[in-house]
Amino acid sequence: MISLRHVRKVFPLKNEEFVALGDVSLEIRDNEFVTVVGPSGCGKTTLMNILAGLETPTSGQALVDGAPVRGPGPDRGVIFQQYALFPWLTVRKNVEFGLREKGVPSAERKRIADHFIELVGLERFADALPKTLSGGMKQRVAIARAYAVNPSILLMDEPFGAVDALTRVRLQEQLLDTWDQEKRTVLFITHDVDEAVFLANRVIVMAARPGRIAEIVDVALPYPRTEEVRLSPEFAALRNRVWSAVHHQESLA
Amino acid sequence: MAVPKSALNLVSVLAGLGVWWALSVSGLDIPSPPVVLRRAIDLIGDGTLGGDVVASLRRVLAGFLLGVVAAVPVGFLMGWYPPVRALIEPWIQFFRTIPPLALIPLAIVLMGIEETPKIFVIFLASFLSCVIATLQGVVNVDRTLINAARVLGAKDHTIFARVVIPASSPFILVGMRIGLGSSWATLVAAELIAAQQGLGYRMQSAQLYYDLPTIFVGLISIGVLGLLMDRLLLICERRLTSWQETR
Ligand SMILES: Nc1ncnc2c1ncn2[C@@H]1O[C@H](COP(=O)(O)OP(=O)(O)O)[C@@H](O)[C@H]1O
Ligand SMILES: [Mg+2]
Repeated sequence: MISLRHVRKVFPLKNEEFVALGDVSLEIRDNEFVTVVGPSGCGKTTLMNILAGLETPTSGQALVDGAPVRGPGPDRGVIFQQYALFPWLTVRKNVEFGLREKGVPSAERKRIADHFIELVGLERFADALPKTLSGGMKQRVAIARAYAVNPSILLMDEPFGAVDALTRVRLQEQLLDTWDQEKRTVLFITHDVDEAVFLANRVIVMAARPGRIAEIVDVALPYPRTEEVRLSPEFAALRNRVWSAVHHQESLA
Repeated sequence: MAVPKSALNLVSVLAGLGVWWALSVSGLDIPSPPVVLRRAIDLIGDGTLGGDVVASLRRVLAGFLLGVVAAVPVGFLMGWYPPVRALIEPWIQFFRTIPPLALIPLAIVLMGIEETPKIFVIFLASFLSCVIATLQGVVNVDRTLINAARVLGAKDHTIFARVVIPASSPFILVGMRIGLGSSWATLVAAELIAAQQGLGYRMQSAQLYYDLPTIFVGLISIGVLGLLMDRLLLICERRLTSWQETR
Protein backbone atom coordinates (compact mmCIF):
# COMPACT_ATOMS: atom_id res chain seq x y z
CA MET A 1 0.00 0.00 0.00
CA ILE A 2 1.11 3.52 -0.86
CA SER A 3 0.28 6.47 1.35
CA LEU A 4 1.17 10.10 0.97
CA ARG A 5 0.62 12.19 4.08
CA HIS A 6 0.52 15.96 3.70
CA VAL A 7 3.30 15.87 1.14
CA ARG A 8 4.66 19.27 0.22
CA LYS A 9 7.45 19.92 -2.24
CA VAL A 10 8.99 23.34 -2.63
CA PHE A 11 11.69 24.13 -5.16
CA PRO A 12 13.85 27.11 -4.35
CA LEU A 13 14.04 29.52 -7.27
CA LYS A 14 16.36 32.52 -7.54
CA ASN A 15 14.55 34.84 -5.16
CA GLU A 16 11.32 33.04 -4.36
CA GLU A 17 10.04 29.57 -3.70
CA PHE A 18 8.03 27.48 -6.09
CA VAL A 19 5.43 25.24 -4.52
CA ALA A 20 5.31 22.20 -6.81
CA LEU A 21 3.09 20.22 -4.44
CA GLY A 22 0.92 21.97 -1.90
CA ASP A 23 -0.48 19.48 0.54
CA VAL A 24 -1.09 16.13 -1.07
CA SER A 25 -2.56 13.20 0.82
CA LEU A 26 -3.48 9.98 -0.93
CA GLU A 27 -3.81 6.26 -0.32
CA ILE A 28 -3.47 3.59 -3.00
CA ARG A 29 -4.47 0.01 -2.28
CA ASP A 30 -2.46 -3.02 -3.36
CA ASN A 31 -3.05 -4.05 -6.97
CA GLU A 32 -5.02 -0.92 -7.65
CA PHE A 33 -4.57 0.82 -11.01
CA VAL A 34 -4.59 4.55 -10.34
CA THR A 35 -4.15 7.20 -12.99
CA VAL A 36 -3.13 10.79 -12.35
CA VAL A 37 -4.25 13.42 -14.80
CA GLY A 38 -3.79 17.16 -14.78
CA PRO A 39 -2.40 20.15 -16.65
CA SER A 40 1.32 20.26 -17.21
CA GLY A 41 3.24 21.76 -14.32
CA CYS A 42 0.78 20.53 -11.68
CA GLY A 43 3.42 18.35 -10.05
CA LYS A 44 2.63 14.90 -11.47
CA THR A 45 6.25 14.02 -12.18
CA THR A 46 7.32 15.46 -8.83
CA LEU A 47 4.76 13.26 -7.09
CA MET A 48 6.06 10.19 -8.89
CA ASN A 49 9.69 11.06 -8.19
CA ILE A 50 8.92 11.31 -4.49
CA LEU A 51 7.36 7.83 -4.50
CA ALA A 52 10.27 6.52 -6.58
CA GLY A 53 12.71 7.93 -4.03
CA LEU A 54 14.38 10.21 -6.58
CA GLU A 55 13.17 13.34 -4.74
CA THR A 56 12.46 13.90 -1.05
CA PRO A 57 9.37 15.79 0.12
CA THR A 58 10.00 19.17 1.74
CA SER A 59 7.55 18.15 4.43
CA GLY A 60 5.08 15.32 4.91
CA GLN A 61 5.69 11.65 4.34
CA ALA A 62 5.63 9.12 1.54
CA LEU A 63 5.09 5.59 2.85
CA VAL A 64 5.19 2.27 1.04
CA ASP A 65 3.75 -0.60 3.05
CA GLY A 66 4.03 1.58 6.13
CA ALA A 67 7.75 2.34 5.74
CA PRO A 68 8.95 5.80 4.70
CA VAL A 69 10.53 5.95 1.25
CA ARG A 70 14.30 6.44 1.48
CA GLY A 71 15.71 6.39 -1.99
CA PRO A 72 14.90 4.17 -4.94
CA GLY A 73 14.38 0.46 -4.49
CA PRO A 74 13.57 -2.57 -6.60
CA ASP A 75 10.16 -2.83 -4.93
CA ARG A 76 9.13 0.17 -7.06
CA GLY A 77 9.59 -0.02 -10.81
CA VAL A 78 9.66 3.25 -12.72
CA ILE A 79 8.86 3.85 -16.36
CA PHE A 80 10.05 7.23 -17.51
CA GLN A 81 8.47 9.48 -20.07
CA GLN A 82 11.59 9.40 -22.27
CA TYR A 83 11.94 5.57 -22.29
CA ALA A 84 15.39 5.79 -20.64
CA LEU A 85 16.62 2.57 -22.23
CA PHE A 86 20.38 2.04 -22.12
CA PRO A 87 21.16 2.57 -25.81
CA TRP A 88 24.35 0.47 -25.71
CA LEU A 89 22.52 -2.63 -24.47
CA THR A 90 20.30 -4.93 -26.47
CA VAL A 91 16.65 -5.32 -25.55
CA ARG A 92 17.44 -8.45 -23.54
CA LYS A 93 20.38 -6.85 -21.72
CA ASN A 94 18.20 -3.87 -20.88
CA VAL A 95 15.55 -6.14 -19.42
CA GLU A 96 18.24 -8.07 -17.51
CA PHE A 97 19.81 -4.91 -16.05
CA GLY A 98 17.93 -4.88 -12.75
CA LEU A 99 18.27 -8.66 -12.39
CA ARG A 100 22.04 -8.37 -12.65
CA GLU A 101 22.00 -5.77 -9.90
CA LYS A 102 20.03 -8.24 -7.79
CA GLY A 103 22.69 -10.89 -8.41
CA VAL A 104 20.41 -13.28 -10.30
CA PRO A 105 22.57 -15.92 -12.09
CA SER A 106 22.83 -15.54 -15.84
CA ALA A 107 20.73 -18.50 -16.98
CA GLU A 108 17.91 -17.47 -14.67
CA ARG A 109 18.26 -13.88 -15.86
CA LYS A 110 17.83 -14.90 -19.43
CA ARG A 111 14.78 -17.01 -18.61
CA ILE A 112 13.08 -14.14 -16.76
CA ALA A 113 14.01 -11.59 -19.42
CA ASP A 114 12.66 -13.79 -22.20
CA HIS A 115 9.42 -14.24 -20.31
CA PHE A 116 8.80 -10.49 -20.03
CA ILE A 117 10.02 -9.75 -23.53
CA GLU A 118 7.45 -12.24 -24.74
CA LEU A 119 4.80 -10.70 -22.50
CA VAL A 120 5.21 -7.36 -24.29
CA GLY A 121 5.41 -9.09 -27.66
CA LEU A 122 9.00 -8.26 -28.60
CA GLU A 123 10.59 -11.73 -28.80
CA ARG A 124 11.71 -11.05 -32.36
CA PHE A 125 13.68 -8.03 -31.17
CA ALA A 126 15.33 -9.54 -28.10
CA ASP A 127 18.83 -9.06 -29.52
CA ALA A 128 18.19 -5.71 -31.21
CA LEU A 129 19.61 -2.40 -30.04
CA PRO A 130 17.12 0.27 -28.91
CA LYS A 131 18.00 2.52 -31.84
CA THR A 132 16.36 0.06 -34.21
CA LEU A 133 13.02 0.18 -32.37
CA SER A 134 10.05 2.51 -32.76
CA GLY A 135 8.89 4.69 -29.86
CA GLY A 136 6.09 2.31 -28.93
CA MET A 137 8.45 -0.67 -28.95
CA LYS A 138 10.95 1.17 -26.76
CA GLN A 139 8.25 1.89 -24.24
CA ARG A 140 7.32 -1.81 -24.19
CA VAL A 141 10.95 -2.67 -23.48
CA ALA A 142 10.89 -0.18 -20.60
CA ILE A 143 7.76 -1.89 -19.27
CA ALA A 144 9.37 -5.33 -19.55
CA ARG A 145 12.51 -4.02 -17.84
CA ALA A 146 10.50 -2.63 -14.95
CA TYR A 147 8.43 -5.81 -14.61
CA ALA A 148 11.48 -8.08 -14.67
CA VAL A 149 12.74 -7.07 -11.22
CA ASN A 150 9.31 -8.02 -9.91
CA PRO A 151 8.36 -4.76 -8.20
CA SER A 152 5.09 -4.69 -6.31
CA ILE A 153 4.54 -1.12 -7.49
CA LEU A 154 4.85 0.35 -10.98
CA LEU A 155 5.20 4.09 -11.41
CA MET A 156 4.66 5.25 -14.98
CA ASP A 157 5.16 8.84 -16.12
CA GLU A 158 3.24 9.62 -19.31
CA PRO A 159 4.65 6.47 -20.87
CA PHE A 160 2.57 6.73 -24.03
CA GLY A 161 2.88 10.50 -24.42
CA ALA A 162 5.16 10.32 -27.44
CA VAL A 163 3.42 7.64 -29.51
CA ASP A 164 0.71 8.16 -32.11
CA ALA A 165 -2.97 7.80 -31.22
CA LEU A 166 -3.49 4.37 -32.80
CA THR A 167 -0.39 2.81 -31.26
CA ARG A 168 -1.37 4.38 -27.97
CA VAL A 169 -4.69 2.51 -27.90
CA ARG A 170 -2.89 -0.77 -28.59
CA LEU A 171 -0.31 -0.09 -25.88
CA GLN A 172 -3.07 0.71 -23.39
CA GLU A 173 -4.81 -2.58 -24.11
CA GLN A 174 -1.52 -4.43 -23.90
CA LEU A 175 -0.65 -2.78 -20.61
CA LEU A 176 -3.97 -3.79 -19.09
CA ASP A 177 -3.42 -7.26 -20.44
CA THR A 178 0.01 -7.43 -18.81
CA TRP A 179 -1.40 -6.02 -15.58
CA ASP A 180 -4.17 -8.61 -15.68
CA GLN A 181 -1.64 -11.45 -15.96
CA GLU A 182 0.83 -9.99 -13.47
CA LYS A 183 -1.07 -7.88 -10.97
CA ARG A 184 0.79 -4.87 -9.55
CA THR A 185 -0.07 -1.61 -7.90
CA VAL A 186 0.14 0.93 -10.71
CA LEU A 187 0.39 4.69 -10.56
CA PHE A 188 0.05 5.89 -14.12
CA ILE A 189 0.53 9.55 -15.03
CA THR A 190 -1.03 10.98 -18.16
CA HIS A 191 -2.38 14.21 -19.53
CA ASP A 192 -4.90 12.35 -21.68
CA VAL A 193 -8.36 12.19 -20.10
CA ASP A 194 -9.51 9.21 -22.19
CA GLU A 195 -6.42 7.26 -21.27
CA ALA A 196 -6.86 8.11 -17.59
CA VAL A 197 -10.42 6.79 -17.52
CA PHE A 198 -9.82 3.79 -19.76
CA LEU A 199 -7.05 2.32 -17.60
CA ALA A 200 -8.00 3.18 -14.05
CA ASN A 201 -9.78 1.91 -11.01
CA ARG A 202 -9.51 5.49 -9.83
CA VAL A 203 -8.59 8.75 -11.54
CA ILE A 204 -6.78 11.39 -9.49
CA VAL A 205 -7.32 14.81 -11.02
CA MET A 206 -4.63 17.30 -10.09
CA ALA A 207 -4.60 21.08 -10.33
CA ALA A 208 -1.67 23.50 -10.53
CA ARG A 209 -0.40 26.49 -8.54
CA PRO A 210 0.03 25.00 -6.07
CA GLY A 211 0.09 21.35 -7.23
CA ARG A 212 -2.76 19.59 -5.45
CA ILE A 213 -5.47 16.97 -5.82
CA ALA A 214 -8.59 18.60 -7.24
CA GLU A 215 -10.87 15.59 -7.43
CA ILE A 216 -10.83 11.81 -7.27
CA VAL A 217 -13.12 9.93 -9.65
CA ASP A 218 -13.92 6.25 -9.12
CA VAL A 219 -14.14 4.28 -12.34
CA ALA A 220 -16.54 1.42 -11.73
CA LEU A 221 -16.19 -0.05 -15.22
CA PRO A 222 -15.53 -3.78 -15.57
CA TYR A 223 -12.19 -5.28 -16.67
CA PRO A 224 -11.18 -6.39 -19.23
CA ARG A 225 -11.68 -2.99 -20.75
CA THR A 226 -12.72 -3.80 -24.27
CA GLU A 227 -13.58 -1.54 -27.14
CA GLU A 228 -17.16 -2.00 -26.05
CA VAL A 229 -16.34 -0.42 -22.70
CA ARG A 230 -14.51 2.40 -24.42
CA LEU A 231 -17.56 3.21 -26.54
CA SER A 232 -20.13 2.79 -23.77
CA PRO A 233 -22.23 5.70 -22.42
CA GLU A 234 -20.90 4.97 -18.89
CA PHE A 235 -17.36 5.56 -20.14
CA ALA A 236 -18.46 8.76 -21.86
CA ALA A 237 -20.10 10.04 -18.68
CA LEU A 238 -16.97 9.41 -16.62
CA ARG A 239 -14.76 10.91 -19.30
CA ASN A 240 -16.90 14.06 -19.33
CA ARG A 241 -16.70 14.34 -15.58
CA VAL A 242 -12.89 14.00 -15.55
CA TRP A 243 -12.64 16.34 -18.51
CA SER A 244 -14.45 19.16 -16.73
CA ALA A 245 -12.47 18.52 -13.55
CA VAL A 246 -9.26 18.96 -15.56
CA HIS A 247 -10.35 21.81 -17.78
CA HIS A 248 -12.44 23.93 -15.46
CA GLN A 249 -10.16 24.38 -12.50
CA GLU A 250 -10.21 27.49 -10.42
CA SER A 251 -6.78 28.73 -9.46
CA LEU A 252 -5.85 29.32 -5.85
CA ALA A 253 -2.95 31.54 -6.79
CA MET B 1 24.31 11.36 -61.34
CA ALA B 2 26.15 10.46 -58.16
CA VAL B 3 29.91 9.99 -58.37
CA PRO B 4 31.18 7.59 -55.68
CA LYS B 5 32.92 9.40 -52.83
CA SER B 6 36.08 7.29 -53.07
CA ALA B 7 36.40 8.18 -56.77
CA LEU B 8 36.23 11.87 -55.91
CA ASN B 9 38.82 11.34 -53.14
CA LEU B 10 41.14 9.69 -55.64
CA VAL B 11 40.62 12.46 -58.21
CA SER B 12 41.42 15.01 -55.51
CA VAL B 13 44.66 13.25 -54.51
CA LEU B 14 45.78 12.92 -58.14
CA ALA B 15 44.92 16.57 -58.84
CA GLY B 16 46.93 17.62 -55.79
CA LEU B 17 49.94 15.64 -57.00
CA GLY B 18 49.47 17.22 -60.43
CA VAL B 19 49.47 20.74 -59.00
CA TRP B 20 52.58 19.93 -56.95
CA TRP B 21 54.32 18.56 -60.03
CA ALA B 22 53.28 21.55 -62.12
CA LEU B 23 54.53 24.00 -59.49
CA SER B 24 57.87 22.19 -59.26
CA VAL B 25 58.50 22.34 -63.01
CA SER B 26 57.23 25.93 -63.28
CA GLY B 27 60.34 27.14 -61.52
CA LEU B 28 59.13 27.22 -57.90
CA ASP B 29 61.97 25.97 -55.70
CA ILE B 30 60.42 22.66 -54.61
CA PRO B 31 61.35 19.11 -55.57
CA SER B 32 59.06 17.25 -57.99
CA PRO B 33 57.19 14.08 -56.95
CA PRO B 34 59.65 11.69 -58.71
CA VAL B 35 62.61 13.32 -56.93
CA VAL B 36 60.88 12.93 -53.58
CA LEU B 37 59.94 9.35 -54.45
CA ARG B 38 63.55 8.53 -55.32
CA ARG B 39 64.73 10.04 -52.04
CA ALA B 40 62.10 8.04 -50.18
CA ILE B 41 63.34 4.84 -51.82
CA ASP B 42 66.93 5.70 -50.86
CA LEU B 43 65.94 6.45 -47.28
CA ILE B 44 63.96 3.24 -47.06
CA GLY B 45 66.79 1.27 -48.66
CA ASP B 46 69.45 2.33 -46.15
CA GLY B 47 67.09 1.87 -43.22
CA THR B 48 66.99 5.55 -42.27
CA LEU B 49 63.28 6.03 -42.85
CA GLY B 50 62.37 2.80 -41.06
CA GLY B 51 64.48 3.77 -38.05
CA ASP B 52 63.00 7.27 -37.98
CA VAL B 53 59.45 5.97 -38.26
CA VAL B 54 60.00 3.49 -35.42
CA ALA B 55 61.62 6.14 -33.21
CA SER B 56 58.83 8.66 -33.86
CA LEU B 57 56.02 6.15 -33.55
CA ARG B 58 57.41 4.95 -30.24
CA ARG B 59 57.40 8.46 -28.86
CA VAL B 60 53.99 9.35 -30.21
CA LEU B 61 52.42 6.11 -29.00
CA ALA B 62 54.07 6.24 -25.57
CA GLY B 63 53.12 9.88 -25.00
CA PHE B 64 49.64 9.46 -26.45
CA LEU B 65 48.79 6.29 -24.53
CA LEU B 66 50.16 7.60 -21.24
CA GLY B 67 48.11 10.74 -21.80
CA VAL B 68 44.92 8.76 -22.41
CA VAL B 69 45.53 6.43 -19.49
CA ALA B 70 45.96 9.40 -17.17
CA ALA B 71 43.22 11.55 -18.71
CA VAL B 72 40.35 9.09 -18.52
CA PRO B 73 40.33 8.59 -14.73
CA VAL B 74 41.08 12.26 -14.07
CA GLY B 75 38.28 13.29 -16.44
CA PHE B 76 35.88 10.88 -14.74
CA LEU B 77 36.78 12.16 -11.28
CA MET B 78 36.36 15.74 -12.42
CA GLY B 79 32.99 15.04 -14.01
CA TRP B 80 31.69 12.99 -11.08
CA TYR B 81 32.91 15.10 -8.16
CA PRO B 82 32.42 18.86 -8.68
CA PRO B 83 35.03 19.78 -6.00
CA VAL B 84 37.68 17.76 -7.84
CA ARG B 85 36.74 19.58 -11.01
CA ALA B 86 36.97 22.96 -9.29
CA LEU B 87 40.43 22.07 -7.98
CA ILE B 88 41.87 20.72 -11.24
CA GLU B 89 40.17 22.71 -13.96
CA PRO B 90 42.14 26.00 -13.58
CA TRP B 91 45.38 24.11 -14.16
CA ILE B 92 44.07 22.32 -17.18
CA GLN B 93 42.77 25.55 -18.70
CA PHE B 94 46.10 27.22 -17.93
CA PHE B 95 48.27 24.52 -19.50
CA ARG B 96 45.96 24.33 -22.48
CA THR B 97 46.85 27.89 -23.41
CA ILE B 98 50.59 27.13 -23.42
CA PRO B 99 51.79 25.64 -26.72
CA PRO B 100 53.76 22.42 -25.99
CA LEU B 101 56.75 23.94 -27.80
CA ALA B 102 56.98 26.59 -25.10
CA LEU B 103 57.38 23.92 -22.44
CA ILE B 104 60.40 22.34 -24.06
CA PRO B 105 63.07 24.52 -22.43
CA LEU B 106 61.55 23.73 -19.05
CA ALA B 107 61.30 20.03 -19.87
CA ILE B 108 64.97 19.90 -20.91
CA VAL B 109 66.15 21.61 -17.75
CA LEU B 110 64.05 19.38 -15.52
CA MET B 111 64.35 16.07 -17.37
CA GLY B 112 67.53 16.15 -19.39
CA ILE B 113 67.81 15.40 -23.08
CA GLU B 114 66.85 11.73 -23.18
CA GLU B 115 63.47 10.32 -24.20
CA THR B 116 61.69 11.55 -21.06
CA PRO B 117 61.19 15.22 -21.99
CA LYS B 118 60.05 14.33 -25.53
CA ILE B 119 57.51 11.82 -24.34
CA PHE B 120 56.47 14.23 -21.61
CA VAL B 121 55.45 17.04 -23.95
CA ILE B 122 53.55 14.60 -26.18
CA PHE B 123 51.93 13.15 -23.07
CA LEU B 124 50.83 16.61 -22.00
CA ALA B 125 49.32 17.42 -25.39
CA SER B 126 47.39 14.16 -25.47
CA PHE B 127 46.37 14.36 -21.81
CA LEU B 128 44.96 17.87 -22.12
CA SER B 129 42.70 17.19 -25.10
CA CYS B 130 41.56 13.84 -23.76
CA VAL B 131 40.80 15.02 -20.23
CA ILE B 132 38.51 17.78 -21.48
CA ALA B 133 36.64 15.34 -23.71
CA THR B 134 36.20 12.82 -20.91
CA LEU B 135 34.93 15.55 -18.60
CA GLN B 136 32.44 16.65 -21.25
CA GLY B 137 31.34 13.04 -21.65
CA VAL B 138 30.66 12.55 -17.96
CA VAL B 139 28.92 15.90 -17.56
CA ASN B 140 26.70 15.10 -20.53
CA VAL B 141 25.49 11.72 -19.29
CA ASP B 142 21.71 11.78 -19.43
CA ARG B 143 20.34 12.12 -15.85
CA THR B 144 17.37 9.96 -16.78
CA LEU B 145 19.69 7.05 -17.55
CA ILE B 146 21.30 7.39 -14.14
CA ASN B 147 17.87 7.54 -12.52
CA ALA B 148 16.77 4.54 -14.55
CA ALA B 149 19.74 2.59 -13.19
CA ARG B 150 19.05 3.73 -9.63
CA VAL B 151 15.43 2.64 -9.71
CA LEU B 152 16.58 -0.73 -11.03
CA GLY B 153 18.63 -1.10 -7.86
CA ALA B 154 22.08 0.00 -9.08
CA LYS B 155 24.48 1.45 -6.50
CA ASP B 156 27.00 4.21 -7.18
CA HIS B 157 29.87 2.01 -8.37
CA THR B 158 27.71 0.01 -10.76
CA ILE B 159 26.13 3.19 -12.07
CA PHE B 160 29.64 4.36 -12.79
CA ALA B 161 30.75 1.16 -14.48
CA ARG B 162 27.55 0.30 -16.31
CA VAL B 163 26.12 3.73 -17.17
CA VAL B 164 28.63 6.56 -16.90
CA ILE B 165 31.50 4.79 -18.66
CA PRO B 166 29.53 3.48 -21.64
CA ALA B 167 27.49 6.68 -21.95
CA SER B 168 30.61 8.83 -22.10
CA SER B 169 32.62 6.51 -24.35
CA PRO B 170 31.72 8.40 -27.56
CA PHE B 171 33.16 11.60 -26.08
CA ILE B 172 36.27 9.79 -24.87
CA LEU B 173 36.90 8.29 -28.29
CA VAL B 174 36.53 11.68 -29.95
CA GLY B 175 38.93 13.05 -27.33
CA MET B 176 41.38 10.28 -28.15
CA ARG B 177 41.30 11.23 -31.81
CA ILE B 178 41.91 14.87 -30.99
CA GLY B 179 44.64 13.80 -28.57
CA LEU B 180 46.31 11.73 -31.26
CA GLY B 181 46.24 14.73 -33.56
CA SER B 182 47.89 16.93 -30.95
CA SER B 183 50.43 14.19 -30.21
CA TRP B 184 51.57 14.20 -33.82
CA ALA B 185 51.54 17.97 -33.87
CA THR B 186 53.83 18.00 -30.86
CA LEU B 187 56.19 15.35 -32.20
CA VAL B 188 58.33 17.62 -34.36
CA ALA B 189 58.67 20.08 -31.49
CA ALA B 190 59.58 17.24 -29.13
CA GLU B 191 62.25 15.99 -31.49
CA LEU B 192 63.90 19.40 -31.37
CA ILE B 193 65.31 18.12 -28.10
CA ALA B 194 68.60 16.63 -29.18
CA ALA B 195 67.16 13.60 -30.90
CA GLN B 196 69.39 11.11 -32.73
CA GLN B 197 66.58 9.72 -34.80
CA GLY B 198 62.98 10.41 -35.72
CA LEU B 199 60.99 12.03 -38.51
CA GLY B 200 61.04 15.47 -36.91
CA TYR B 201 64.77 15.25 -36.23
CA ARG B 202 65.43 14.11 -39.82
CA MET B 203 63.56 17.10 -41.20
CA GLN B 204 65.37 19.53 -38.98
CA SER B 205 68.78 18.22 -39.92
CA ALA B 206 67.76 18.25 -43.60
CA GLN B 207 66.79 21.87 -43.16
CA LEU B 208 70.46 22.70 -42.39
CA TYR B 209 71.49 21.43 -45.84
CA TYR B 210 68.50 22.80 -47.79
CA ASP B 211 67.68 19.12 -48.40
CA LEU B 212 64.09 19.66 -49.56
CA PRO B 213 63.39 16.10 -50.82
CA THR B 214 64.14 14.67 -47.36
CA ILE B 215 61.91 17.29 -45.74
CA PHE B 216 59.12 16.29 -48.12
CA VAL B 217 59.60 12.60 -47.31
CA GLY B 218 59.38 13.46 -43.61
CA LEU B 219 56.26 15.57 -44.03
CA ILE B 220 54.49 12.97 -46.12
CA SER B 221 55.45 10.20 -43.69
CA ILE B 222 54.05 12.14 -40.74
CA GLY B 223 50.87 12.89 -42.67
CA VAL B 224 50.36 9.31 -43.83
CA LEU B 225 51.11 7.78 -40.42
CA GLY B 226 48.85 10.28 -38.67
CA LEU B 227 46.07 9.59 -41.13
CA LEU B 228 46.44 5.81 -40.75
CA MET B 229 46.32 5.99 -36.96
CA ASP B 230 43.34 8.34 -37.09
CA ARG B 231 41.48 5.94 -39.40
CA LEU B 232 42.31 3.06 -37.06
CA LEU B 233 40.83 4.97 -34.13
CA LEU B 234 37.84 5.95 -36.25
CA ILE B 235 37.17 2.29 -36.98
CA CYS B 236 37.38 1.48 -33.25
CA GLU B 237 35.07 4.40 -32.54
CA ARG B 238 32.51 3.21 -35.08
CA ARG B 239 32.64 -0.30 -33.64
CA LEU B 240 32.37 0.76 -30.02
CA THR B 241 29.70 3.40 -30.46
CA SER B 242 27.53 1.88 -33.14
CA TRP B 243 24.71 1.79 -30.58
CA GLN B 244 24.25 5.55 -30.86
CA GLU B 245 21.13 6.87 -32.50
CA THR B 246 22.22 8.41 -35.77
CA ARG B 247 22.08 12.17 -35.53
N1 LIG C 1 14.20 20.50 -9.89
C1 LIG C 1 13.30 21.50 -10.02
N2 LIG C 1 13.64 22.78 -9.72
C2 LIG C 1 12.74 23.79 -9.85
N3 LIG C 1 11.48 23.63 -10.27
C3 LIG C 1 11.08 22.40 -10.60
C4 LIG C 1 11.97 21.26 -10.50
N4 LIG C 1 11.29 20.16 -10.88
C5 LIG C 1 10.05 20.59 -11.22
N5 LIG C 1 9.92 21.92 -11.04
C6 LIG C 1 8.71 22.72 -11.27
O1 LIG C 1 7.65 22.13 -10.57
C7 LIG C 1 6.46 22.17 -11.32
C8 LIG C 1 5.87 20.78 -11.41
O2 LIG C 1 6.71 20.01 -12.23
P1 LIG C 1 6.34 18.53 -12.67
O3 LIG C 1 6.17 17.71 -11.45
O4 LIG C 1 7.36 18.10 -13.65
O5 LIG C 1 4.93 18.77 -13.38
P2 LIG C 1 4.14 17.84 -14.38
O6 LIG C 1 4.85 16.51 -14.45
O7 LIG C 1 2.77 17.76 -13.83
O8 LIG C 1 4.13 18.55 -15.70
C9 LIG C 1 6.81 22.74 -12.68
O9 LIG C 1 6.35 24.07 -12.74
C10 LIG C 1 8.31 22.68 -12.73
O10 LIG C 1 8.82 23.81 -13.40
MG1 LIG D 1 5.79 15.53 -16.08
